[in-house]
Parts: sequence; C-alpha cells; structure tokens
Amino acid sequence: MNPNPLQFRDPERGAALLRRLERAVDRAVARLGGPVSVMHVCGSHEQAIARYGLRARLPAGLDLRMGPGCPVCVTDAPEIDAAVALARSGLPVLTYGDMLRVPGTEMSLEDARAAGARVEVLYAATQAVEIARGTPGPVVFFATGFETTAVTTAALLLAEPPPPENLFVLSAHKWVPAAMEIVASDRRSRIAGYLAAGHAATITGFGLFEPFVARHGKPVVVAGFEPLDILAGLALLVEQIADGVARVENAFPRCVSHEGNQRALAALHRVFDTDVGEWRGIARVPDGNLRLRAAFAHRDAAVRFADRLAAAPAPTARANADDCICGAIMSGRADPADCPLFGRACRPDTPVGACMVSTEGACRIWLEHGP
Amino acid sequence: MTDRPPFAETHVRLAHGAGGPAMRALIDAVFLGQTRDPAALARADAACLPFGDGFLVITTDAHVVSPPEFPGGDIGRLSICGVVNDLAMAGACDVAALTSCVVLEEGFPLETLRRLHASVERACAEAGAGARVVAGDTKVMRRGELDGVIFSTTGVAFANRVVRDDGLRPGDALLITGTIGDHGLTVLSARHGLGLEGELRSDVAPLNGLVKVALAAGGAQVHAMKDPTRGGVTGALTEMAEKAGVAVRLREAALPMTAAARAAAELLGIDPLIVANEGKALIAVAPEAAGTVLAALRAHPLGHAAAHIGEVVAGPAGELLLDTGFGTRRLVSRDADPLPRIC
Amino acid sequence: MCLGVPGQVQSVDGNTAVVDFFGVRRAVCLDLIEEPERPLVAGEHVLVHVGFAIRRIEPEDLEETLAFFASMSSEDLEGLTPPKPT
Repeated sequence: MNPNPLQFRDPERGAALLRRLERAVDRAVARLGGPVSVMHVCGSHEQAIARYGLRARLPAGLDLRMGPGCPVCVTDAPEIDAAVALARSGLPVLTYGDMLRVPGTEMSLEDARAAGARVEVLYAATQAVEIARGTPGPVVFFATGFETTAVTTAALLLAEPPPPENLFVLSAHKWVPAAMEIVASDRRSRIAGYLAAGHAATITGFGLFEPFVARHGKPVVVAGFEPLDILAGLALLVEQIADGVARVENAFPRCVSHEGNQRALAALHRVFDTDVGEWRGIARVPDGNLRLRAAFAHRDAAVRFADRLAAAPAPTARANADDCICGAIMSGRADPADCPLFGRACRPDTPVGACMVSTEGACRIWLEHGP
Repeated sequence: MTDRPPFAETHVRLAHGAGGPAMRALIDAVFLGQTRDPAALARADAACLPFGDGFLVITTDAHVVSPPEFPGGDIGRLSICGVVNDLAMAGACDVAALTSCVVLEEGFPLETLRRLHASVERACAEAGAGARVVAGDTKVMRRGELDGVIFSTTGVAFANRVVRDDGLRPGDALLITGTIGDHGLTVLSARHGLGLEGELRSDVAPLNGLVKVALAAGGAQVHAMKDPTRGGVTGALTEMAEKAGVAVRLREAALPMTAAARAAAELLGIDPLIVANEGKALIAVAPEAAGTVLAALRAHPLGHAAAHIGEVVAGPAGELLLDTGFGTRRLVSRDADPLPRIC
Repeated sequence: MCLGVPGQVQSVDGNTAVVDFFGVRRAVCLDLIEEPERPLVAGEHVLVHVGFAIRRIEPEDLEETLAFFASMSSEDLEGLTPPKPT
C-alpha cells in the first residue's frame, strides 16, 4: 500500500463523489435560497481543477472561487523590481521558475536576463547553496512562495554547516492565513466556506484554522490536490453549509495533522517574522509577508544591498493597472470575464495583472481552459 | 481560436523560437510575407516539389540544445533524426542525402565534438543507406558569442506519394507511435540540474523505418503525419487541426507515458503534452485502417508502445479537448518554453 | 499553493535521503522531517517539496485516507466496481 498519486485519480470513484457533492449542493442551495459560493486559497488547487477539467462537471449551484493563494498572483511589482534591480546591478539572482515572467514596473526577471543579467531558475532551495559555492561573488536567492516553501528557505539558513557566506536571501515569502483573514473580513464577500490548501496545512496543521472558524462562523476543509481529494473536500465543505454548521475538517489525513510539522514551524519562526505586505490587487495584508529577522540581517539581501535597491524604479502605476481587477477576482467579488482587460490588453504574452502571468492564475486558466 | 493580434513586434523574443503561436506569427509576417510559392506557403516541416513522376522532398533544421549531451542522446544525434523524421513525416522514408553545418564556439572541447560526430554517424547508419552527410560547413565564433555549438542539417529524399500534415479528416483515428514527453523532460531535468535519476531518457531516434511500416500497412488511408517536437503533442495537433480546419478529441487514459516521465512531470509541475518529443510521430488514419496500422507500428521496435489516443472531429479549427476521466480540458498551444514550477 | 509529491525512501545518508517518486529518484534534504530522533528508514514514504521532505506519510494515515474515500462514496457506488488495489 503506497501513496502513489494514481490511486487517487480513479474516474469511477470520482463520479460517485460528484453524485454526493451534487446532493449536498442541492441541499445547500435550498437552505441559502441561491447558489453557494466557496473559495479555495491555493494556486495548485486551481491548477488541479483545470488539469482534470473538474470545473465543467461541478454542479451548477456551486460557485467555486480561486482566492489569493498563488504566490505569483499576489507578488506585487515592487518586489519584482527589487529582484530585477539586484540582477541588473550585476548580482546573480536565483529564482523559482514561477517568478521568472511576472511583470515588474519596467521588466520581469526574464527581461533582465535578456538584457544581460545572470538570472537562473531553481527547482530546489538546496541548489542555491551549490550555485553559491561555485560562484566567487555574492549570490542572491529570490525566495518566494508561501509557508510550505518559506520553511525550506529557513532550513537552508539554519543548516549545519551553514551555507556559504556569499549566499543572500531576498525574501518575498508570504503567509496565506493572513490573506484568508482579509477575504473573510470583507463584508461584501459571498463566500460561505473555504477549501484550505493541503500542503500548506502539512506545515501549519489544521488546528490553525480553528480560531478562524470561531471568528467568522464559516467552515474550513483542508484538502489535497488529486481529483478525488478535491471532490471529497468540496463535498464535506458543502455538506457543512447545507447543515448550517461551521467547523474545521481534515480531508487530507495522509499529509495533514492537527499540529502540523512543529520542527518546520520552529525553523520558520526562528528565521522569519511576519510583516505588513502589499499584495498585488488586495493591497495591505497585515502579517501577510515574511521578513528575515534581525538575527539574519547578514543574510538579508534587502539590508546588504540596500544601496542597489534604491535604483529600483519608483512604484509608478503600470499601464492599465488601474483597470486591473485582480483583487476583486481573487476575493470572489468578480470573474475574469468582468475585467475590461481580460483577453485583450491582458493576455498570457502581455500580462497586466499577475493572475494572467501565472499558469495557475484564475485569468490565465479562464482564458486558456475556459470558465 | 482566440483572435491573433496583428504582428507589430520590433525585436525577436525567446517565444519566437518556441514552436507555438508566436513562432508561427513571426514566420507568417517576416518569412512568408509576400511569397506566393505554394511549397513555402504549405508551412510544412518538409517541402514537397513535383519531380519526374514523384516528388523531391526537402527539409532543413537547426538544433541548439543545452546541455548538448543528455541521457539517451545528444545534439549530434538530434540534428540527424530531426531532419530524417521531417522527411519521413512527408512520407519520404528513403533519405537521398544529408548536409550538415556546424557552428562552434571558440574553446569548445574537441573531445566533445568527436563524440557528437560519432553520434551523427551512428544516427545516419540507423536511418538507412541514403542517410549520409555528403556536404557541410564549419564555422567558429568568438568565445561567448555562441552557447557551445549549433548543428544545422538539410535532408533530401524522393517519394512517389507524399503525406501532408494538413490532411486530417473528421472520423480519423489519431495514433501516437510511443510514450509522450521523454525528450523534453530529460533535457529540462539535465538543463536545470534537477538531479533526477532513473529511466528518464530522451527518445531521439530516426523514424523513417517505422513510418515505412505504417505506410505499408495503411497506404493512402494514412491521411496526415507530424512529429510532435517543439511545442509537444499539443503544439503539433493544434497546428495540424488548424491547417485542416477540424477539431480533435483526446482521451487522457489512452496517452502512453513511461513511469519515469510521468513522475518527472509531476515533480516539475510541467504538462507532458507541451514538451518536445524527438522519436515519436502522430499519425491520422482512416478508422477502418487504424487497427492494421497500430498492429504494424507495435511490431516495430520504435513503435512497441504505440497507442490510439483520440479522434478527429468536425469542430472549430484547432480546438483540442482532452477527456480527463473527470471532465474535459481544453489544450492550448503555448509560446513559452515550459519551466519547472514549485506551486 | 505548493507542489508536493509523495515518494518512497530508498536509502538514507545523514540528513539526505534518496527518494523514488514512482519512476525517478532524487536526493532530498531531511532537515525538516518531524521526530528526527526516530530516523527515517528505507521503505517509508515522505511528501517532498522543492527538494525537502516535509512530512512522513505514515501507513495508518494512508489507510485512513483510502477508507475515507471508500466511506465517502459508498452510498453513491450503485454498482460501480470496487477500487483497483495498487
């Protein structure tokens, strides 16, 4: 018996789960007197939903929204501009592939590379150490991603023996629960329940959501990323809504426990502190960003190369930026089709908002895979 | 299909070489601009010129791949197979002659060049008697002006009957001659130093022998062929369907993949349908001949994993839908080279 | 949010393990695995993200998930074939 993903992709079992979801949706729609809106806060959930074409098979009464759960979607231009400024100043910048094409005020990291800067794509944080070891001068790791990825950056910096002295971190890590708080506190939001991301909860544990449920009275179900995981998670979530109850349920027991990975959390809190963040489209998110603590200032590229960061362009408004409604789409108050730029000024090769940049962005997926 | 904005670009971008819509837009706007030559306008991988009572089939290809050597192949083998396969996709399975131009960066190790040339010769031997390099050229560029080496190869063949890549007809069965994604995922793993070990190997191989077998079995009922290189199965099928003005339906459960390629795609977060294949062909065949052609393919060493993966249907030109078993996904040809994803 | 992939530990050497992802193998860092005092052994399963093992997938948790699916959809099975054991 092993966790081979293929066993969680049995279409017959999926069809059975869909029937159960349909029954739950009918009850919830009857109780609410209209369609039931639920939100998932994870780019990888949206990717899996698109990859398996689930959206088309979901019951009509279920409105499944993608919230601010994809780091590429929410990383704002100033953070890209910082990485671009360091790269253009001659420092090698290492980045995950997801961030290479995210537009900054003037250019993306891929554009900087095309203009001669050394920008390399990483697959694992450990590669940053190897590259730093093989590079004479300072190297900057543009560390992005939510808590699941932030703990690996923390582990890198806490490693024994420590990474080479020339490795610096420019942190653009983020903390998703902070964004869920913003969305849930928005009175205009019609979201009746939340599907929480399984791999982030592997780190934080599902206990983290209990105060959230107590505060907002909306159910939270933690789900995995295989089609069966998503369908099961949605069924449990909508059943709670239909029953008028709100609690945290763990639909991903193979990876998520109540307390999560305490060792990883300890590393995270030793290296990072939360900070107010400007997330693309959602604006201020208190405690949304993860900043290196003072004890790691010697590793912090934002401290060590503050002078070069001053060269980053002032965050002026980007062309069409004011028409971009990524924030409303992410918070469940609008659809990509409601955006005047969607599919016209804002296309995959000419993205305005980050939801079009990321292959998991709601707008990109709607344009390419249909609503 | 989404509307294509007029070509108003001022500089070349990486996307213009990625085998997707941006590349096709560049070719249409810059290279095909005013020409009325039907052979060029066919935009086929190989041009078929009437010659005597048959056709002279000619094609050319330039290969730049980093790293130049990777599990299962190298740029030398790729430069021969790419051209042999484009000729074969047009039905020209007996190569008449090949030329090879090699552009090298100053400082390129000669030991590597010797290995690459030996690999060229092995690939020629595998591709049959006529496949031999009869002419060529060598140039060297200053260090840093070129990333290692470029191989540019031209191939010529004669054929009595040619198969085009725009011959898809509603009702045709779509076959693929083997597993999907092997080459692209292998090169990506090597390029990004991902340290993946296991049976992940490129599939680069000359397909003229395999195609000869398929044509012998299906004859005129083989309506179209194309090798899904740059842009992958999605790119190739989109182009074939657009040219023929038809749509395509695929079944995910029928897509053959090795366990290694499937695992690598999961790990890297990359869709195996958009990465290059260098030893596979997509074949559209009349439904009544599908069984015979499939059996013929599977009897050949390079076709043992051949599979019937979908159907051509009447529908919007270029529309590609994949039945995932859980729903339907629209497959879209991408401009950008796939990158490993972490989220 | 974060691409995590399950795999089986093939061998362990200090804080690194070679993990097989049902077709390819890769070295993985163990600095984030819970209960470091109970060393990871070959045959165990882990969840891996950007080169780090971030979770030990315990056999009983796995059974719980599969039982969870079985119970979830039993009412709707209506003649569907039982799941194929892997």
